[in-house]
Amino acid sequence: MRAQIVPRVVTKLLIPFVLVFALYVQFHGEYGPGGGFQAGVIMAAAVIFYALIFGLPNALQLVPQRLVETMIALGVLIYAGVGLAGILLGGNFLDYFVLSGDPVAGQHLGIFLVEAGVCITVAGVMLMIFYLFAGRGRRQGPQP
Amino acid sequence: MMAVTAVAIARLRNLFAVVVLSGLYSFLMANVLVVLDAVDVAMTEAAVGAGISTVLLLGTLYLTRNEESLPVHRSWLPLGVALVTGGLLAFGMLGLPEFGKPDSVIHQHVAPRYLEQGAAETGVPNIVTAVLASYRGFDTLGETTVVFTAGVGVILLLRRWRGEAAGKAKKREDQP
Repeated sequence: MRAQIVPRVVTKLLIPFVLVFALYVQFHGEYGPGGGFQAGVIMAAAVIFYALIFGLPNALQLVPQRLVETMIALGVLIYAGVGLAGILLGGNFLDYFVLSGDPVAGQHLGIFLVEAGVCITVAGVMLMIFYLFAGRGRRQGPQP
Repeated sequence: MMAVTAVAIARLRNLFAVVVLSGLYSFLMANVLVVLDAVDVAMTEAAVGAGISTVLLLGTLYLTRNEESLPVHRSWLPLGVALVTGGLLAFGMLGLPEFGKPDSVIHQHVAPRYLEQGAAETGVPNIVTAVLASYRGFDTLGETTVVFTAGVGVILLLRRWRGEAAGKAKKREDQP
């Protein structure tokens, strides 16, 4: 794995584009296809790609496990928090119209925040599953 | 092509080839979804089915053996169950309305309101996003919670707690 220079260079070239595409899918989800779930998966795939080529320890240094655990909970909290904000501002649970003075702007804001929550949770969970599977093989498998 | 891939997956004994073929199957499925104009679903299928689940399956193969063991008995009963279920499903599909027919039941309920008023009410041009995040926001919250629960479950099952190992070592020390 260490000596293969072509995959390493190609990975370094590709990963920025993958991440930008994930952000595009996230923020352009209101206008084109895509949304939080897809963006989260693409983001996780980029980090998994990195881990496959450069090894798990490097990926763990880049995106530590603690951060991933926080992301899993944070996404759901953002989503539910938007819902509660709707109640506090005098509407129903998950009522976006009250988030801003203009109802349409409120919808925009609500959808944006909710999609961000979905994205964070999905990316976190996908990465966590990969880390746990890969980490298991590395530590418990037969030594090469 | 999808049928050929599925038969190949069922026949092959080399699990590495099976994993690669299921990735191929996911890509073909994504193509079908694009043809059906469901680009959002196609994107998910390509990323999850062909990307991440392939990596996870390969990781599992690394932990286990590469070859599927031979079945110990003939599998006539499962084949019969599968054929009966498939036949019933095909029979049920005869009762479905024609694909894309505008006056079928599902297009009469809330869908027209979403399509007509969605853009004006939410200001979001992509109706899929508007329905998912706004009209059906509560459902999507449930979905996110399901993903969250899955993540927590995997952590609980597979993570090796440092405290646990230390506790075991301590117990061993305590016993003379």
